[in-house]
Amino acid sequence: MTAEEEVVNGGAIEKPTLGARLLGANTFWIGLVLIALCVVFGVLEPTAFLTLFTVQTLLIETAVLLVLSVGMTFVIITGGIDLSVGSVLIFSGMVSAKAMEWVSGGSSTNAGWGVILFGLVVAIVAGTAWGILNGLLIAAAKIPPLIVTLGTLGAALGAASLLNNGSDIRTLPSTMRTTIGYGTSFGYVPNLVIVAVVLTLIGAWLLHTTVFGRHTFAVGSNAEAARRSGIGVTRHLTSIYTLTGALAGVAGFMSLAYFGSTTISAHSTDNLNAIAAVVMGGTSLFGGVGTVLGTVIGVFIPAVLKKGFNIIHVQDFWQMIAVGAVLIAAVWFDQQRRRSRNR
Amino acid sequence: MSEPILSLRGVNKSFGPVHVLHDIDFTVRAGEVTALVGDNGAGKSTLVKCIAGIHPVDSGEILFDGKPVHIHGPRDAAALGIEVVYQDLALADNLDVVQNMFLGRERLSGFLLDEAEMELAARRTLASLSVRTVKSVRTPVSSLSGGQRQTVAIAKAVLWDSKVVLLDEPTAALGVAQTRQVLDLVRRLAEQGLGVVLISHNMNDVLEVSDRIATLYLGRMAAELPTRELNHSQVVELITAGRSGDLGLARPDVVTI
Repeated sequence: MTAEEEVVNGGAIEKPTLGARLLGANTFWIGLVLIALCVVFGVLEPTAFLTLFTVQTLLIETAVLLVLSVGMTFVIITGGIDLSVGSVLIFSGMVSAKAMEWVSGGSSTNAGWGVILFGLVVAIVAGTAWGILNGLLIAAAKIPPLIVTLGTLGAALGAASLLNNGSDIRTLPSTMRTTIGYGTSFGYVPNLVIVAVVLTLIGAWLLHTTVFGRHTFAVGSNAEAARRSGIGVTRHLTSIYTLTGALAGVAGFMSLAYFGSTTISAHSTDNLNAIAAVVMGGTSLFGGVGTVLGTVIGVFIPAVLKKGFNIIHVQDFWQMIAVGAVLIAAVWFDQQRRRSRNR
Repeated sequence: MSEPILSLRGVNKSFGPVHVLHDIDFTVRAGEVTALVGDNGAGKSTLVKCIAGIHPVDSGEILFDGKPVHIHGPRDAAALGIEVVYQDLALADNLDVVQNMFLGRERLSGFLLDEAEMELAARRTLASLSVRTVKSVRTPVSSLSGGQRQTVAIAKAVLWDSKVVLLDEPTAALGVAQTRQVLDLVRRLAEQGLGVVLISHNMNDVLEVSDRIATLYLGRMAAELPTRELNHSQVVELITAGRSGDLGLARPDVVTI
């Protein structure tokens, strides 16, 4: 009873600071941009944009990237970067598909839930392994994250290609595809989206209300101060890259279920998309600042732009230009605000 | 005067071929401010880091409350009640005052951070030190002035029922009024019964606020004397030459290697 009360109290204290943080960070402003985009496209094509189908596909298409970006948020808050997430995603999917084929003895098309769960576990383990490798090289061997993950970016992709001689695996359990891939729950909600939302909420909980999250901010803000305060910085960094790897593993399995293929060539820019989403969402590349909510908004801005341009029949390529502009504008705006505050 | 709370006996520390600390004896007494002075490179910061557990000592013993202890890391030191306020402030800029004060030792309710409890404890500590300069405990440290940051760093150190607080040049980057505030705070810590070690280059600060002065000279303890028995020029001589009249190291020719 008392514990519950304390939680309620803690929540009450947290609220104003969270509100202030939102107003202060550019999360709030970028959120407005997202709403404005939705309104503009909604007004231009009300019958096409604001439909259940559009919203559903929009959410499904962003689900995989959202999971990657949640992990990336942690990494960037520590002042690091992880370029390898897309390759780790492919590797995890490939290993998972191979494992499911192996336990089904050949094609896994008719495999049941046991095999599918096995595949999920394998995907997570594969992603986690790359995450641990990244983490140890960065935190223990003290090699810059950019270099380490640039290395594992190539290595994971190469390893994934080696496993099946460079070609995709397209025979996957049909049960997995129809339930996780494009099944829905509660009538309308795509299952893939539920997975992404649950993982995002767990990420937000971890980052904003737990000691793990607090230490993540501390490490990114001043690693030496964190070390002197008795925080195991090496261990913490390693676990963050491990977490990101594990999330990339889950994302690999989600991608497998959605595309019904290992999609070796489809994820080459996932890492940059995730970084762009996180940065657009107000997370500082210098570390110490960031929110999961911001990342969610940052993931949806490119997605909404793309969907909207499709619907109003503007060529898709304009989306890339628009996202680039929004990204640069968001960071510039954020810097200006910081400078004027520090003056 | 009062009982030693922390004593070092014959402590040595080398970094590779560089012998930084030679047979250091050093005593901190509860309720007193012990100033630790010495020229650049005399080994002040190294000594502090040895006490804080950041560098392990090579030989010699450390007594805490009369009992020999082994300090292997910052956590061991913290567990004993030894807190260090570093010269380059060990605060995380993006975190607020409360978050910084509880960094590494957050209070929990269940799995979640107990923000309300921590905020309350932080306010209480700041109030007990008569700190009025920090307006909101939810301000990010990056927006505080140098003096306010130093105050937060010191308050962080006393939050934990600490017995010994080591301050590494707390006034180095501060203006006159802010230096005043921090020195008052240092005095208040001693009045609360803590053993305070103050490292400073500013002789006026040292003579004003300390009860004893320990002088390091090229990695050796030149003298450890009550402040009232020393004057400004004697302290300066001890720092620059390792001796002053009858005080200090007996044979300077051996020392100047």
